[in-house]
Amino acid sequence: MEIVNAIVLLANYVLVPALSYGSQLALGALGITLIYGILRFSHFAHGDVMAIGTATVILTTWGLQSVGVSFGILPTALLALPIGIACTIAYLLVVDRVVYRFYRRVRAKPMIFVMASLGVMFVTNGLTRLLIGPGEQRFADGERFVISAREFRNLTGLAEGLALRSTQLLTVIVALIAMVVLFWFLNRTRSGKSMRAYSDNEDLALLSGINPERVVLITWVIAGTLMALAGTLYGLDKTFRPFTYFQLLLPMFAAAIVGGLGNPLGAIVGGYVVAFSELGVTYAWRRFAGYFLPPEWIPEGLMQVLPVDYKFAVTFAILVLVLLFRPTGIFKGKSI
Amino acid sequence: MKPGALMSEPFLIGESMTGGYGGADILHDCTIAVEKGQIAVIVGPNGAGKSTAMKAVFGMLNLRAGSVRLGGADISGLSPQARVAKGMGFVPQNNNIFPSMSVEENLEMGAFIRTDDFSATMEQVYTLFPILRDKRAQAAGELSGGQRQQVAVGRALMTKPSVLMLDEPTAGVSPIVMDELFDRIIEIARTGISILMVEQNARQALAIADKGYVLVQGANRFTDTGQALLADPEVRRSFLGG
Repeated sequence: MEIVNAIVLLANYVLVPALSYGSQLALGALGITLIYGILRFSHFAHGDVMAIGTATVILTTWGLQSVGVSFGILPTALLALPIGIACTIAYLLVVDRVVYRFYRRVRAKPMIFVMASLGVMFVTNGLTRLLIGPGEQRFADGERFVISAREFRNLTGLAEGLALRSTQLLTVIVALIAMVVLFWFLNRTRSGKSMRAYSDNEDLALLSGINPERVVLITWVIAGTLMALAGTLYGLDKTFRPFTYFQLLLPMFAAAIVGGLGNPLGAIVGGYVVAFSELGVTYAWRRFAGYFLPPEWIPEGLMQVLPVDYKFAVTFAILVLVLLFRPTGIFKGKSI
Repeated sequence: MKPGALMSEPFLIGESMTGGYGGADILHDCTIAVEKGQIAVIVGPNGAGKSTAMKAVFGMLNLRAGSVRLGGADISGLSPQARVAKGMGFVPQNNNIFPSMSVEENLEMGAFIRTDDFSATMEQVYTLFPILRDKRAQAAGELSGGQRQQVAVGRALMTKPSVLMLDEPTAGVSPIVMDELFDRIIEIARTGISILMVEQNARQALAIADKGYVLVQGANRFTDTGQALLADPEVRRSFLGG
């Protein structure tokens, strides 16, 4: 019983939250890794475009709610998601037309693209604040829990409870579907294969008659979809604040680099590695240890490696370790 | 009318090509041609402009003078991609495969511009290079040098080209693999596809060539049948090491 209680405790505080946070990071990192592979630059505006995309989802959600539309036990934001995805894609395509296309035409170095995306990041940042304000927005509705801690305890008779929020379950399911569809697209369809070919060998792809502008367009469409999904799921699961989304840039990039830049499978694994490390290192293990150690062995402290405020330090540490010892990431990606 | 204009023109000809990559000219009044179903080989010392001549025929550099004609039609103004659509296949010397994609996907990408069913062409490629059939699901980047060259040639064949251009197909492969590749190239030519190739291994290449071009400093120095060039004492002394 002790062991079951300990596992439930761990699941409640680390495993389930890390699984949903990891899924959100993975969706973001997938976009980063695709853009890096196809367009060959680090897309620094990723977090902020996620924010503006999520803002359009939130505004649409409010609009739907004000006319009395709801999605039953599911969050209304899911109904608003298609419109949010369309807005995010439209925004990315406009930015590509106005900014990146010029640099592609003059065959600018990747570093110039990165700097341009930094500029896009600042502008997007400002636009998001104009659109929805800098403050915190809540837009989650519908059923809050699949099972609450109390219900779980009553059901199983265990001392520990395992709460599963509906947004966590939703995140994992949506992420899983998105990943399966993405891999099917990349490996089975002609357009998907042409994207991989372009990522592999640009010159030969041109020689084979693959249209680069079409590949770029598809890349933005996919990246925009992933960004709107990741942003909305993160906002539903936690809360929406433009600044938080900007901060997500670090763990998302860490995930993409840890997995191997340009490698979609790596981005997914990287997302979970970062999420589990962040939560594992900042979790107070004292109560967990209490189920195994004799009472006199349990230390006074919380048995927490780092306070929660330092979760970004964990990401940084992983990033540094990977870049030092395996610059191409866990899977064979491109070295940066 | 120019003398000889009434004679039937070669299937593909880059005539009196002059030009370079932007700075000084590399090619000077250079002419390269290949007849239908024949093998033409460009040889010459390092820096003679062999690859440049080939790239000029394929439209990868701007010509200041001269023209390129395919089947009698002037294609000088076409981009390389457009020339692929016109029936020219090109195998670059380096980076000529998609390394992370499987052998079969490499071939599929070769057929990207085709809208019809290309499974028969793929079958022909597999018949020509049986090893590729065995490795069809393997990533092309994991194959040996000779096998990669086969993938590269196979990819170019997928558009069913009328001319296949090979830039040093045997660079970096062992002599046995080289002989094998040359055999395959002869086989391809027998199906009616014209072959234009640049080769470092001049002696072996001229042995299978219907026509040989010896370039020096971007200009034609000797032009004759492969056998005649091999027999020419001056060519032997200067370019074939005796």
